[in-house]
Amino acid sequence: MMRKTSQPTLQGITSNQTKIRITSIFVIVVGFYLFTSIKTESSLLDLWNGKNGFINIAQNLFPPNWNYASTVLPQLIETLHMAIIATTIAAIISIPISLLSAANLFPNAFIHQPVRFIMNVLRTIPDILLALIFVGIFGVGVFPGIMALIIFSLGLLAKLVYETIESIDMNPIEAIRASGGNTLQVIGYAVLPQVLPQFVSFGLYVFEVNVRASLVLGFVGAGGIGLLLNQQVSWANYPNVMTIIIIIFVSVVIIDYISNKLRERLI
Amino acid sequence: MTEFTLPPKPKKTAWQKMRPYLIGIILLAIYIWTFSSIEIRWSRVFSQHTVESLTRVIPQLFSPDWSAFGKVMGLMWETLLMAYTGTLMAAILAVPFGFFAASNMVKNKFLNTASKWALNAIRAFPELVLALMFVAAVGPRPFAGVIAIAIGSIGMLGKLYSEVIESIDMNVVEALEANGANKLQVLFYGIIPQIIPEFLSYAIYRFEIDVRASTILGIIGAGGIGTLITIATTNRNWSEVGLILVVIIAVVTLIDIVSAQIRKRLV
Amino acid sequence: MIEFKDISLVYPNGTQGLKNVNIQINPGEFVVVVGLSGAGKSTLIRSINRLVTPTHGELLIDQENILNYRARDLRKLRTKVGMIFQNYNLVKRSSVMKNVISGRLGYTGTLRSLFNLYPKEDMALAYRSLERVNISEKLYQRSDQLSGGQQQRVAIARVLTQQPNIILADEPVASLDPPTSHQVMTYLRKVNKEDHITTIVNLHFIDMAMEYADRIIGMRAGEVVYDGPVSEVCEATFEEIYGRKIRDEDRVGGSDDA
Ligand SMILES: Nc1ncnc2c1ncn2[C@@H]1O[C@H](COP(=O)(O)OP(=O)(O)OP(=O)(O)O)[C@@H](O)[C@H]1O
Ligand SMILES: [Mg+2]
Repeated sequence: MMRKTSQPTLQGITSNQTKIRITSIFVIVVGFYLFTSIKTESSLLDLWNGKNGFINIAQNLFPPNWNYASTVLPQLIETLHMAIIATTIAAIISIPISLLSAANLFPNAFIHQPVRFIMNVLRTIPDILLALIFVGIFGVGVFPGIMALIIFSLGLLAKLVYETIESIDMNPIEAIRASGGNTLQVIGYAVLPQVLPQFVSFGLYVFEVNVRASLVLGFVGAGGIGLLLNQQVSWANYPNVMTIIIIIFVSVVIIDYISNKLRERLI
Repeated sequence: MTEFTLPPKPKKTAWQKMRPYLIGIILLAIYIWTFSSIEIRWSRVFSQHTVESLTRVIPQLFSPDWSAFGKVMGLMWETLLMAYTGTLMAAILAVPFGFFAASNMVKNKFLNTASKWALNAIRAFPELVLALMFVAAVGPRPFAGVIAIAIGSIGMLGKLYSEVIESIDMNVVEALEANGANKLQVLFYGIIPQIIPEFLSYAIYRFEIDVRASTILGIIGAGGIGTLITIATTNRNWSEVGLILVVIIAVVTLIDIVSAQIRKRLV
Repeated sequence: MIEFKDISLVYPNGTQGLKNVNIQINPGEFVVVVGLSGAGKSTLIRSINRLVTPTHGELLIDQENILNYRARDLRKLRTKVGMIFQNYNLVKRSSVMKNVISGRLGYTGTLRSLFNLYPKEDMALAYRSLERVNISEKLYQRSDQLSGGQQQRVAIARVLTQQPNIILADEPVASLDPPTSHQVMTYLRKVNKEDHITTIVNLHFIDMAMEYADRIIGMRAGEVVYDGPVSEVCEATFEEIYGRKIRDEDRVGGSDDA
């Protein structure tokens, strides 16, 4: 079957200049890669003959020690609770913050710019580093972990939500203002109905993110299952490690699945 | 005027009537369960100790110790190298995964589903959990971090790549085949030109994420600036933590900006 | 009574929206404002509920200069001035009832309104408003499930629920087909006559202006260039206002098959 009309356009490289440019970018990328590999002593062979050898460990992981599961489950539940609390609090705080960050509601740059700036900074700080700092202040336990999750997810959620607010239909807002509604009524009647489904959906998404993040907070003493994982790995108790990994895996998959199904129905 | 009543609401099925209550009850149950079983040691959170730490930690955090600048930048550089190596490895290794998982390229249903599942499985694990395993396998050095970054990134890039591949214009491919091009020619003239910009864009985006991720890998001994974070927090050297924070925020922000610019020009 | 006393408006970017406007609109009048795109029709009627604020002159509504109004007075003014928009401006995801009851916001306390606790009389009023524009059967439907003409009728019901003294309509039929346009204009006209509500409508179709207006105000480049009862208006008047010959696109047609 020949179709003259859909002759493939050969989008291949045409001009000499582009050829040179692409080649040089390629050389730089690969050269830098070799450099970084040497710098970070990354040799794939080490996977096999490194310290303990990956294959060695992989063999030791099986069979998992199922008796250990009864120790792991309470910790897993604590981890989930941390994520639930942090997501809820972050969601509540994010409401006023994202309203203030929305340029269509607060056109004054002196209001929305500083708020956005703070949120941007919060998003760049790794949650586990926040956890370390809070552990330093509040001592070990779930509280510093929850605080770290709140702050990190607040930055994320506020950004997602304010971008949604900025994309809403402004016409109803004008109508509510024109009929004498005050700012809170404008938000309640014209903004909220338009962003609510998205807001809930983002809340669920941030919950997924928080579940993953909370799994490792225990590495630094901020509560949850990470403590056990860190312990068992350093004791080289690999069947227990495998139990933890399987439990983490299954719970993350289930939570993501449920959350995704809910989000699909929302929008 | 006679007593006014609105016309009755349209009949709802039993399920529609029950649904809001059901959701409410489930949510309530989750929150009761969460708040009744979470163990926050409030006595420690609101203790003299906390007040003392607060007055010590916070001022120090906000007065970074610039004398450590050289050391911190050195490790930040190592962090970037780790992220670069890991991302590049993943950007290349994810290509076959992307093709296998794309249903318009690989018609074998089993291979298709298997690669999709493999990619999903990888994404269930936080990088830090992967890194912990690799530290155990290859010893506490940057290479462990690089491998963790690479594997974590394959999970996401593979999925994004497969979506890109599934969205390409198959007419071009068909036309080339009709003109008698062999498989390799089809790949180089029909497929690659369509996917390259988006692949690159995603890889660069993933680099942003990997930079964030690699800043903390050192906390469990997988190299980079995280190593210093652990040392500084154990020694309660908060002004050095403050400097590390400043450097991380600055570098991450800078990389985000540059990467966003490059991606904008690519697509 | 609405009085424009030497009103001018310059937008922040320097565009002159209105220039020395002097008009008086009497209670109960049905005024149609015509003019080419950019003539300042929207600016004129948006000044009346202060969605834009004139930069010079006095704008009196019942002897009070509304240009001095601050937040509280302004909201009180706006509850008494209903507005209808070209794009209906309903909250699409909300039900028809919720949209219509939002006409009572200015009369209702913030907390009560946010928790949907409206007095029975308000609900009754909202329902009767829907009945008056013949759309009460859509009460519980989501507004985005309605056709354009139906949505505009809901918007009229919302305005009626405000129990306004003045209705402003900014090109209310520009997004509708001819028969629907006539239907919507007929409702506006009916409400104007029954409730004695001063009505100011922007239109750009001349046949429609002639059919529904008591009085026509013509604008060009921010200035009022014509003002007179509809009985004195003829095609030449429009050619003067528009500064060009009348074309086919200036008519909506279809008044007979409405
Ligand atoms: N917010 C604004 N800022 C700056 N200039 C504006 C603004 N709104 C309107 N203008 C300008 O003021 C003038 C009058 O605009 P207006 O919207 O009142 O015209 P109009 O007669 O309603 O036109 P149309 O029939 O297109 O709706 C135009 O030149 C317009 O560009
Ligand atoms: Mg206009």
